[in-house]
Parts: sequence; C-alpha cells; structure tokens
Amino acid sequence: MENKNGLRAPVSQKPHVVPKPEDTSTIGGTVSIEINDVKYSVPLGTTILEACRENHIHIPTLCHHDDLCIAGVCRLCVVEVTGMRTLQASCAYPITAPIKIKTSTPMVRKARRHIIDLMLSEHHGECYSCVRNNNCELQALAKEYGVDCYNFGHVKESQYEIDDSSYSVVRDMDKCVLCKRCVRTCIDLQEVGVLEAINRGGETMISTFMDKQLADVICINCGQCINRCPTGALHEKDTSDDIWKAIDDHAKHVVIQTAPSPRAAIGEEFGLGAGHSMTYELNTALKRIGFDAVFDTNFTADLTIIEEGTELIIRLYKALIEKDKEVALPQFTSCSPGWVKYLEHFYPEYIPNLSSAKSPQQMFGALIKTFYADKVGVDAKDIVSVAVMPCSAKKFECNRPEMEDSGFKDVDYGLTTREMAKMIKEAGIHLPEMPKTHFDSPFGDASGAGLIFGATGGVMEAAIRTVVEFVTGNKTEDIFEKANILPLRGFEGIKYMEIPIGNNVGPVPDLIKHLVPDWNWLKGAVLKVAVAHGTANAKKIMEDIKRGGKFSECHFIEFMACPGGCIGGGGQPIPTTPEIRKKRAEAIYAEDESLEIRKSHDNPSIKKIYQEFLNEGPCSHLSHKLLHTHYKKRGRYIA
Amino acid sequence: MKNKTNQSNGKVLFSQYNRGDAIKKLSGLSREDVLYELKVSKLKGRGGAGFPTSTKWMLTAAAVSQEKYLICNADEGEPGTFKDRVLLLEHSELVFDGMVVGAYTIGAKKGFVYLRGEYEYMLSSLEDFLETMRNDNLLGESICGIKGFDFDIEIRLGSGAYVCGEETALIESLEGHRGEARNRPPFPVSKGYKGKPTTVNNVETFASVVHIVMKGGEWFQKHGTDKSTGSKLFSVSGDCERPGVYELPWGTKISELLEIIGAKNTKAVQVGGASGICVNKSQFERTLAYEDCSTGGSIMVFNETRNMLHVLKNFMEFFVEESCGQCTPCRIGNTKLLEGVEMLESDEYTFAYINKLKELGKTMQIASKCGLGQSSPNSFLSILENFKDEIFNGRGGKYGK
Repeated sequence: MENKNGLRAPVSQKPHVVPKPEDTSTIGGTVSIEINDVKYSVPLGTTILEACRENHIHIPTLCHHDDLCIAGVCRLCVVEVTGMRTLQASCAYPITAPIKIKTSTPMVRKARRHIIDLMLSEHHGECYSCVRNNNCELQALAKEYGVDCYNFGHVKESQYEIDDSSYSVVRDMDKCVLCKRCVRTCIDLQEVGVLEAINRGGETMISTFMDKQLADVICINCGQCINRCPTGALHEKDTSDDIWKAIDDHAKHVVIQTAPSPRAAIGEEFGLGAGHSMTYELNTALKRIGFDAVFDTNFTADLTIIEEGTELIIRLYKALIEKDKEVALPQFTSCSPGWVKYLEHFYPEYIPNLSSAKSPQQMFGALIKTFYADKVGVDAKDIVSVAVMPCSAKKFECNRPEMEDSGFKDVDYGLTTREMAKMIKEAGIHLPEMPKTHFDSPFGDASGAGLIFGATGGVMEAAIRTVVEFVTGNKTEDIFEKANILPLRGFEGIKYMEIPIGNNVGPVPDLIKHLVPDWNWLKGAVLKVAVAHGTANAKKIMEDIKRGGKFSECHFIEFMACPGGCIGGGGQPIPTTPEIRKKRAEAIYAEDESLEIRKSHDNPSIKKIYQEFLNEGPCSHLSHKLLHTHYKKRGRYIA
Repeated sequence: MKNKTNQSNGKVLFSQYNRGDAIKKLSGLSREDVLYELKVSKLKGRGGAGFPTSTKWMLTAAAVSQEKYLICNADEGEPGTFKDRVLLLEHSELVFDGMVVGAYTIGAKKGFVYLRGEYEYMLSSLEDFLETMRNDNLLGESICGIKGFDFDIEIRLGSGAYVCGEETALIESLEGHRGEARNRPPFPVSKGYKGKPTTVNNVETFASVVHIVMKGGEWFQKHGTDKSTGSKLFSVSGDCERPGVYELPWGTKISELLEIIGAKNTKAVQVGGASGICVNKSQFERTLAYEDCSTGGSIMVFNETRNMLHVLKNFMEFFVEESCGQCTPCRIGNTKLLEGVEMLESDEYTFAYINKLKELGKTMQIASKCGLGQSSPNSFLSILENFKDEIFNGRGGKYGK
C-alpha cells in the first residue's frame, strides 16, 4: 500500500476492519458469543479484545495502542477460541461468527507468562535507573503475572549504544521489546517514516534510514514515539540536571515560562486524572524550586497572534491590492516546531508560506534577554531562560542557530512536562497541594486566546477572535456565542471554516494603522481557514494544495505536528489516549471561558509592550529582528 | 536444463499429459464443474499445511470483487525440498496449465509465480515457456477462444527469506514490503494481494489440478489414502544410495520409502524439513500422509553415524536466522531453544531447564503469529523425545539432574 510520496503504510499491520453495521438491531448486525461461558451479543466486526474490554474482562496487551493500527505481534493478548488449534491474538481477531472464547485457561496463562519471560530475557537495564520506572508497561505486566525470577535468563550486558545525538529524542535499544508502536507511530500515525524494523530473527531491531543517528535523519522531533513506547527505549533528552545547576548558581538569574498544555496535564504525573489544570499551583512550585521569575507563555502566544495576524493582513493586502504575485498564500502557522521541520523536509518549496513569526516560546526568549533584562537590570548573559513545554521538538527549536536574535541563545532549555514533574518531585513538592500564585511582572497574566493555543484549532480560534474585531469593529461575541468558535474545536483530523467579512468594516485599529489605510478592500470577502493536527493530516492538506485543491484557496492554515495539538505533545505525561487528550483540551477550554480577557489584542500587557518596547508596532524593524525568523530547506531523506 | 537427481515417475503427477490439454478442455467446463471435480478429488494443498484446494478456490471464486489474483508459491525454501524445482524445470506445462485452470475457476486476470531467489537460473526458460503459451493463446486474452477469459502470468523473484514461503508474508513481499506474516483472519481468499481475493497454491498443487481436470476427481481420489488422496513428490536427501525426487502414493510407509531409496543403517528420518518432525526406528512403520506424518515433501535420512544433537542444532540455527522477527514467541523463543541445544552440547544443562524449554516450545506452537513460529519447535521437541537415549544417556549435565 504505497501512497503518493512513496511512503509505505505497513499493510501487514493494518487491522482487518469489518465495517460495523450502523444499525445493530438488524439481522446479522450482532453476533452471539461466549466469553468464559457467559453469553454476550456484540456488533459484527468487534474484535475479541474490544468485546472483552466492553464487558470488563481484562486482557493484557503490549503492542496494542488505542491510537495505532493493529500489529498482533507481541502475542500477549492471546486467548483460546474453541475449535482452533492455535491461540488467537484477541486484538487482531474480528468477530464475524458465533464463537466461544476462553481468556484465562492454563494454556493461555502459560503462554502469556512465557512471552513476558522471553521479553524480560532480552530487556537490558535496571528498573530503578530507568526513566520509566513505575510507568512502564513491561514492568506492570511482570508484576501482573507475578514474575519472581528470570525463567529464560536475563541479558547482563548492554547490546546497543544509546543514540542521544538528537536534541529531543534518545533511543536506548537495549530496552526495546520490538512492539513496533514507534514504527506504527512514525509511519502510520505521523507519516514521517523515520523508524522501521531491520534484520531478521534474533537480529531484528528498530532502526533508521541507513542506520544513521537520529540527528542525521528526517526525524521531526515530535516525540509521539516516546509517548507510545511501553518501556524506556525512547525518551526525551533530559536537561533537568543543567537547570538544577543553573538554579544552584547564584550568579545566574533563572527564569521560566510555562505553556498552557503542560499546566493542563502535569497533574497526571501527581496521580490526578486527566483534565486538571495546575496553572497557578505550578507557579508556586516553580518559585519554591528556586526559579527567579515565572512567566506565562500565553503572553507571547498573544503576541504571536498580533504579529502573525498582522503578517497575514500584509500578505492579503499585497496580494489583493498591490497584485504582488510573489506573496505566498495560504499562510501557514509556525508555532509547532515539529510541523516546521516536517515542512522543511517534505515540502521545502512551501517555506515562503510559513509565517515568519517565531513560536511563542522563542518570542519570549528573545524578549526576556532584551526587554526584560533591561527592565530588571540583569545582564542578559547571566539569564538562564527555561521553557516548560508539552513538546520534545521545542528542545530542537531552541537550539536552532537562527534562534539567537537577542545576541544570546534566546531560550536556553526546553523542558518537557515530564521533566518538569520530575524536578518538582525531586524538590519534595506535591504539586496539587500547592497554594496558587500569579505570574510575575512585567508580563503578568495573559488572555484566554493564548491559552487555547494548546488544543488543535486553538491558534486559529485565537486569530479569528482578533481578526474579526480588527476588521469589522464588531465584537466576536456578536458572531460566535461567548466567542467560542466551535467549528474549529474537536479532534477531527482536518477542519475547514469560512468566515464572511460582510459589507460593514470598521476603522483600522491604531496598532496597525501604519500598514493599511482602511478595510474597504476586504468588504464582502470570505476568510477561508483550515486546521490540521498530526503530520499525517498536514500531509493531506499539503497534497491538496499541491494539486490546487480546496485548501489552496485558503488564506490561513493552522498546522500542529502532534495529534490533538500541543495537549498531545511528545513531552506530555504518558500514557496518551484519545480520551486523555479530550480531557486535557476540555480543561484548557474551561480555563479560557473562566477568564475575563479572552482576546489577544485586549491583553493590557500586549498593548503595553507595543507602547514601551516594540513601539514601531507589529511586523516593524525591531519586531522582525526579535520576533521573526527564517527557515531552512532540508533533505527529503537525510537531515 | 535437466535435473541430475534420481527420479521415479509415479502414476498420477507424472502420468501422460500434453501441454495445453487442460486449458483446451476448459471451454467445455464451467467453473462449477472444475470445483466439483476438485471437491471429489479431495485434493489438499501440497505445500505442507494440507488445506482443501476446492474450499480455497471456492472461497476465492465466491468472493465479490472485480479484481482477483492467483499466486503460485514457488518459494521452495524448506530445507530438504527440491521437488518444485523438478516440476518447474521439467514439467512447466503442469504448473502453468494448472494456474490457468485456477484463474478460470476463481476469476483471476493476473497470476504471479513467486520464484525462489536461488532459482533465478530458470527464469529465462520459464519466461520463454510463458511466451510460447501466449503465442498459442494459452495465455493472454480470450484464452482458447473462451470469451472474456483473460489471464496472464508474471514471474517475480524472492530474495531469500524463508518466511516468504508463508502465504501472507509472500503477498507482503510481492507488494514490495518487508516479508512478514499478516494477521489472519482475514485470509488471502478474502483479502490477499493488494487487499483483493487471492488464491495462493504450491507448485505441486497446480500440477495435480491439471490431472484432475483431465482424468476426473474420481480417478484422482483412488490413489493414496482416504484422507490423503493422490500422490506426493518426495524430495529425498541424506544417508541413502539414491537420493532424489520420488512420486509415491500418499500412505507409503517410511520403511517402504527407505527401501526404495536404498537407505541402510537408518537411525532417523526428518519428515517435512526443518519445521517437520524427526522419527526414530520404532516409528518407521508410520505412513506418509496428512493424517500421520504430514510433509510438504522433504525427507532427510540420517544413519547411525549422525549426531542428532548436531542435526538439531543445525535446524535451530536455521530458525533463529529465518524468523521474521515480528512476534515474540518465534523471535526470542527460537533463540532460547538454540541456547538450550548449545547447553546440551557443552553439558551445561539441567533437566529442569530443558523441561522449561520444552514447555516453551509448546507455547511457540500455539502462540506464534504464523506457521513458521508454530512449526519451528517441532524438531526440537521430536528430537529430544525420540532420541532422548542418545542425547541424555549417561549425561546428567554438570549440574546433575
């Protein structure tokens, strides 16, 4: 099954999807089965695993993941099906006829124990020195099956060198159990295709193109493989020790910015269910750890909206009024570093379409080492700037050579949510019990528009809240109830929306008055926007644009590398499932709705920074120097 | 190019047949007629698994699809088999005519021969043969004047992976992917090559079909036993005077075969290749048949001078290398079994651990994803059982019993 770019989806691992009937009340819509002598009726095409889960019968799994296509390779989920000589992998067996299933016979239990024993025999590493200690699926299975010895031995020496060449993702193949979740994530879910199995038999291992290091291949650093790895074979490159060092060094002024998605998810690391926002508790914890100041990335998310929105208006004006054929439209968002690198590798000819605006993390970095340094009177060289991000690609982003516009590395360290939680635990702090503290001045709190950047569609929603008010002079609430732009929310892979401007346009706001004289040229126009999350969906849009399809007519498109957007980022707590991502998104939208200021241009701190510092306005010389960047054409096969 | 091995021509496969006859006969037969004769013949797949051919063809014929495929599995990779080589080289007409009959029956327009990489040397002569068939309208459009019956055959070379003899791994390989077995269900008859209904049969199965079409299912099923009808080609190798390819009726006793091939002082016979079972003297009266000692044709004979542990080690090394590596029981299990053999070899074993490995072997047989892992412990289990005196006699291992 080869798709247009020659990337292959491993059909061997595609599930056998028997279309489930829409109406299960029709004859043949359901099948009567027996599980452990109890009768059930399930919709035709249900897998044995689904049927068991539905009826609260536990089946152990390892290679199975809710986000991924079915592999059926670990064989842990085997069950007995009456009449069949061999055991059947319940994840890969669709029920199409009445069958009798036994899920816990001596044969089944023995087989499962054998499989765990075999995996442990080749799994090198000690649990207590593993990043996934206490959150490892193999460890949990060993416990579940009462493993008290290594029945088939245990590898004592490391077999593979650790690949820590990448800024973001570390591969430790000694811990790999060859479940191929990472392969399916990379090839099927993300359609990047960096990881695949090589060799055969006992020599089988997961590798990259020509067995190169991760830094030298087309890895986009999205970290989705990390989120789905059942063991510690894949993890982010931990930089928390460097940050401890900086905190302990009194000559350093260590500041930290927190993004909305880690705040919505970090509670999970402290035993809370998904969907508990810890924004203000986190501020307290960070101050107690020893950070000198805590800032809200949403502030620069608001700034991104102003800069990126202005850039869009300039592009539209140039294209529509000045008839400039060089202007690249649609404009693509650039806040997801995974997406940016994906585009640089796979569609470098579309680099001009990427907004030149930096991501919120990098804008903040540039401001901290210039504006903030001046303000508090600290030498920028003594500032250590840290960012808590839901993202592994942010580690790569802050190390891009283009990101030194302040004269220093704009952001010194990108920390994942997981690393942050580890530091908090190390400091002896139980996050959920922290009192609440506000963010530090001079940036203060931010708007709800910046907050919703965390969920897929959020950047676009924030942009539209501002653009609508800028252009029409009306309130967003007049068009969208409570300013919630629902068509842009939810987890559909690709979302598309048209916003008619109408014939009533307002005055051009002062902030951008120097750029466009009036809005008359937008009268009657229809703004077309689209949203994609996960690079597989991004690819669909890009292919459509190449063909000159519907999306080539768009004006502005939001792309996020990770499924679900930042809340499903590669630095977020493990596990991740559609259900968990939904709850994290709900937490973000709920927090947005609770805020008074929900539009970027209403944020008083934003108004202030354009008065005090960026006083030539958005997309001006200074803002271009500090807040905008450029991109790099990269190879299609190697970095 | 002729084979240099010994051959015996039996009464079924090597009986009289003229090139193209079965295809010409199709104009007077409906696909149901062919299926009926197949059903009566009780022909089972000759690759080793023994699935009824009529059922497989009927399922593919009944599958609703505009596109169907027919594949001839000529990836003859089981250690000790070389009978397909003889069929392809010297009786190409049986194989290709059988494929045309198959295509007619299931409704395929395209067929593939998945030829073992090592058989590349026969590629050009096979291509020439296909060209002659095209010239004679035995392939191509409206074959033999049957309107709407279009079919052609393409030969593709394998690249040396044993697992690609497993039909779903073969299909993956044919599609250009890594050779790995698929989950079943779905079976190829409903979702095979490119997701379309596909019949995959062994070379010898197609050759048998030709005779069934010509002489009838009734005639065919008179040969062999009740459950194993017709005859079988055996590839005989090892310690005997006349190794080679033999056509014998199913139901032949192992002792009879040993007589025919001139085997002396035989200690062991490996039936069915590396994935088969190894029998000792006390079992030589067993018969070669699906219901007793089932085989895809490989017969390896070992005389008294052979070290059975060494034989076993050889097989296990083969599986460790040839497992595709996707499923846990097969990938790691075979390595563990090989380690066990090495422990036995160096006397560094305990009975307790060997027994653990036997249990592991049984798990592999039922929990592996495909036939490779399911059959790879067979020789381990059967050799340790049938030759325990030789292997364990006087050897309790360094660590006692």
